Amino acid sequence: MTEPVISVRDLRVWYGSERGPVRAVDGVTFDLRPGETLGLVGESGCGKSTLGRGVLGLLPRGAKLAGEVNYEGRNLVTASPKAIQRLRGPDLGLIFQEPLTRLNPLLRISDQFEETLRTHEPGLSKQDIRHRSIEVLRAMGIPPTRYRAYPHEFSGGMRQRIMIALALVLRPSFVVADEPTTALDVLVEAQIIGILGDLRRNFDTSLLFITHNLGIVAEACDRVAVMYAGRIVEQGPVTEVFARPQHPYTRELLRSTISLSTTGLHYIPGAPPDLIEPPSGCRFHPRCPSAMRVCPEQFPEQVEVGPQRVECWLHGPDELVPEGGREPLVREEITVADEA
Amino acid sequence: MSTRTAGSLRTYLITRVVLFVPQVLVILTIVFVLMRVAPGDPVTVALGGQRSPEQLAQLRAAAGYDRSIFVQYWEYISGIVRFDLGTTIVDSRPVTQIFKVNGGATLTLTSSALVIALLIGVPLGLIAGRVRDTGLDAGLRVFGILTYAAPVFFLGLIFQLVFARNLGWLPSSSQASPLVLARVPSETNIFLVDALLAGDSAAFWNGVQHLILPALTLGLLLSGVFMRIVRINLIQTLRSDYVEAARARGVSEGNVVIRHAFRNALVPFVTILGLQVALLLGGAILTEQTFNWNGIGSQLVRYLDSRDYVAVQGIITLVALAVVTASLLIDIINAIIDPRVRY
Repeated sequence: MTEPVISVRDLRVWYGSERGPVRAVDGVTFDLRPGETLGLVGESGCGKSTLGRGVLGLLPRGAKLAGEVNYEGRNLVTASPKAIQRLRGPDLGLIFQEPLTRLNPLLRISDQFEETLRTHEPGLSKQDIRHRSIEVLRAMGIPPTRYRAYPHEFSGGMRQRIMIALALVLRPSFVVADEPTTALDVLVEAQIIGILGDLRRNFDTSLLFITHNLGIVAEACDRVAVMYAGRIVEQGPVTEVFARPQHPYTRELLRSTISLSTTGLHYIPGAPPDLIEPPSGCRFHPRCPSAMRVCPEQFPEQVEVGPQRVECWLHGPDELVPEGGREPLVREEITVADEA
Repeated sequence: MSTRTAGSLRTYLITRVVLFVPQVLVILTIVFVLMRVAPGDPVTVALGGQRSPEQLAQLRAAAGYDRSIFVQYWEYISGIVRFDLGTTIVDSRPVTQIFKVNGGATLTLTSSALVIALLIGVPLGLIAGRVRDTGLDAGLRVFGILTYAAPVFFLGLIFQLVFARNLGWLPSSSQASPLVLARVPSETNIFLVDALLAGDSAAFWNGVQHLILPALTLGLLLSGVFMRIVRINLIQTLRSDYVEAARARGVSEGNVVIRHAFRNALVPFVTILGLQVALLLGGAILTEQTFNWNGIGSQLVRYLDSRDYVAVQGIITLVALAVVTASLLIDIINAIIDPRVRY
């Protein structure tokens, strides 16, 4: 197997708040190989976007980062801001969710490309810049005649393609795509996913694809990581995870998707947990249909189940489960609290 | 593409200039009505106790105040088109003469104050927005409040006391020393320009020394406002999506702040700058009084004291025109900075 492009180990991100630290990402570990696309799914507020930003060191003021993000033999978590800034663009890319507000409204598209290319390749001539930018734009379906237009002269879908072109003009080897199609209609969505697929085939770009659309994951990703309350509870090849989900949360999530044959909506009762004081033990136990007595008491170990890695007591390891731990969890207090 | 953009800029400018006409008309009508709302006719108010009723009636007829209000309105508007704002009652001076003689002093004062305010306010706002919530930022914000809240005459008096009386560094009043004023021939009625035209560098330097304290007083008043506007807009744009996107492309911090955040922060700043012209002119009246600066402001106060409504109406009319013109210029500048305005 080839060496991973990026390898994340026990990454933690937390924000200070009046009630204590908000642990948005709480010990996440994953690898990405060249040309591989990892889908990152989970409910809103589970820490997906924070994880994507944390890997690139692009966190808002007041956020703290710990753990390892290994890229080309360097730990980005401890690297200087200057060093990461140099990597952002030519090595690490980020595609955003809201295309309408991501382009500086006062600068022509050409200015924004020029700035990006000049920052990382100072020796480039104006001719080269123009040539390379137009080439990438053309690949995204933006005609060269619009190279000198302003952002407000484009539609949302076009702006998202321009944003992608801006992120890709330097050919980064690792790209985080943070819900790149959420704000767009389905036709444009298909187009963007096609573009990202081409990228992977042609340039061996590794992609961390953040989405809450499981259909897109099935279509566009090689592997999938399911996130719940700041942790990856299950990861593995998409086909395996979707066919045989091992974590109850993954199973519930897959049951909640809507298709043409859907007759009634399935949802997971309860709300995503508080990230300041998360539930004890396994974070999913208050909402888990298969919760056992061990679940609120001890944090589940990561176990390998076939090609998947899962954090769930259902899969053992048996020697760690205490006496009577496999009895179903009785949840009277919670029901009472829910009704109160 | 670029020709289309230039074309729409031209269309925008033409529309904006055409809209200038009704805007001015509304303002002139308001000035006219306000002056007529005051009780009594201007002649009686100004000279009531000093002339006999027959003389007053004669003066009223001569000035046209016995005619219907619509005729007077027409006279007023058409007078402005001919650049005739009437003749003052107390000293029979054409109002335009006031602007010719005293306008230069006010122009010198306000423009140098504006430059000082920009030079102090914009960089301080940039720094404060950049280091927000630090001790330095808190200090700068206090500076912003104090300079805005301190009355002009108070600040002016403090400056006169410290720099003119105690330290003796700078003169405390007037545009230049009396002998220098008498020596330089009036060509443009802008003292510094006249001094240059006369080739009198000593007089020019003397004028600059006299300008420093009043310009600083008025400039500081505005600089606090400018600083706070730049600061708050920079904080907004630094938090914006396109700034984060620029950072994600590895754009250097200096470029992120200047090209992305600051340039976008300038759009609302320029708009507010247009509104501050009124503050500038209002502050100029007080500054001129404090520093015995013989500009439009001093003249306005003098004619107000003697209740000369014609003079007051004329001065207010021209000041209002200046404010409207400034807002036109601001809109044009904004259209050049921000391509979205042109649509």
